[in-house]
Amino acid sequence: MNNEIYMPEIECAPREEMELLQSYRLCRQIRRVYDNVKPYREKMDAAGVKPEDIRSIKDLGKLPFTVKQDLRNNYPYGMFATPLSEVVRIHASSGTTGKQTVVGYTQKDIDIWSECAARALARVGGTKNDFVHVSYGYGLFTGGLGMHYGAEKLGATTIPASAGNSMRQIQMFQDFGSSIVCMTPSYAVSLIELMRENNISKDTLHLKSGLFGAEPWTEEMRREIEDGLGLKAYDIYGLSEISGPSVASECECQSGMHICEDHFIPEIIDPDTLEVLPAGQQGELVFTCITKEAFPLIRYRTRDIATLVYDKCECGRTLVRMLKPQGRTDDMLIIRGVNVFPSQIEAALLSVDNKATNYFLVVDRVNNLDTLEVQVELRGDLLGDNVRDVESYKQRLKHAIDSAIGVGVSIRLLEPKSLARSMGKATRVQDNRLIKNKFEKK
Amino acid sequence: MLEQISIFLENKPGRLAAVMDVLGKSGVDLRAFTIADTTDFGIVRIIAREPEKALTALKENDFTAAANKITGFTIPDHPGEMNKVIGILQEGGVEIEYSYSFMGSRPDEADIAIKTKNNEATEKLLKSKGIKIIE
Repeated sequence: MNNEIYMPEIECAPREEMELLQSYRLCRQIRRVYDNVKPYREKMDAAGVKPEDIRSIKDLGKLPFTVKQDLRNNYPYGMFATPLSEVVRIHASSGTTGKQTVVGYTQKDIDIWSECAARALARVGGTKNDFVHVSYGYGLFTGGLGMHYGAEKLGATTIPASAGNSMRQIQMFQDFGSSIVCMTPSYAVSLIELMRENNISKDTLHLKSGLFGAEPWTEEMRREIEDGLGLKAYDIYGLSEISGPSVASECECQSGMHICEDHFIPEIIDPDTLEVLPAGQQGELVFTCITKEAFPLIRYRTRDIATLVYDKCECGRTLVRMLKPQGRTDDMLIIRGVNVFPSQIEAALLSVDNKATNYFLVVDRVNNLDTLEVQVELRGDLLGDNVRDVESYKQRLKHAIDSAIGVGVSIRLLEPKSLARSMGKATRVQDNRLIKNKFEKK
Repeated sequence: MLEQISIFLENKPGRLAAVMDVLGKSGVDLRAFTIADTTDFGIVRIIAREPEKALTALKENDFTAAANKITGFTIPDHPGEMNKVIGILQEGGVEIEYSYSFMGSRPDEADIAIKTKNNEATEKLLKSKGIKIIE
């Protein structure tokens, strides 16, 4: 199968041409943000970099990094590069760590984002003859509207189903003739389970492919989704800070996600030394938006760990590919699509019992569902002689954590000093999903 | 009132052995021992001749252990004797949280431990009905 390439002149451009385009756009963008965005001007001045020092993408490394805290410090509109009168849309991140991050789009930004989403749909075989069924949530989350506009740009028949009401989703698949779905992989799995419970055969559906993103998933889940829904399952990557879904997505080769690097220049850095790493090495993914008008992030540290591959893909595209994120450099966990920080769990534990408690988190995936076990050492002064008291303490901990992070956890009480004390930064998380992922790749 | 020591244990192999090892090496003489367990943890309750020594030894070895008071009484080792005590408690409206028996001081007697909401009141009640309380 060879899917039609949506923008061959860009997606299959020789490296030199791509670099020329990137260089041209980068220089213009840096001039713009220097003139229009105070935080960037201050950072560049502090680093002793002038816009005229940036003459090609080879100079990218001279620019200071941007981190999530910069966005929080300038909440809500402090990093916008256009007057708000030019902004036609706002999206926001889930904001589970406190303040949410607000991003804005001009009409041109929306057009470019839609074009990237259209490319992603074309990569999985989408054409104007398709019925694109969008089951990402519509709203401040970029998933729903992002893929919606992409599908319309492609000229496909767009079904804005949004998430939820699963039986009706399946009926729409059957009745409307949905051929391409966009949803989170965990939602896909829950639909498959529902179909099984109701004896609905995948043969009653007409799906050919699906774009699954917004949370990490494994090759095992890919096989399960492909088998359960009778389609080819593809990975798609995005983050609201950069635009939303379709910053990168897989083609029919399913061997890494092609980055729309004519709009977003990727780099891989060592998160400790901040040195740029050579192609093929694993490190933190950094993006520079070279065409965005309203909210152009420069050298934004995503905290996602990935690898870049510059070889030409068998599909014919030359766009650089990123291999599935291999984890994160900060301690953020994504549990069933929800961002969870260990600091939230720590705060919840302290709210039940204000003495510092030692804890450890074990993340796993059981039957394709993420699980989070919070292990807590039981202190002697909390122990009575009753099982009931200990059980009720466990329940209080569970309740506090569940409501703090919005994900159900299980609590395991440990004997004191079972958890290793470390001298520096405590290791508090064991993510068995990553171990399983690595194992599966071999 | 008897002093009981409760010990929190994770439900995994070798933990009970570790407790017994500590108690044995410290020369603690156990009179009673019982386990209340759930799927992932258990609480071991012991009555030792020298509770202080047992508690110190356990804490020194990083166990979560706590001392608590419990009512102990002695009854003749005859059919119907326990029923008599239960009857007294029922009449007095006393609810038992848990109970276990342990080695009697004499062969023709049985020693019983019970935990109620208010052990002091329970002891008073039993005493008034002529039951022999272990002080």
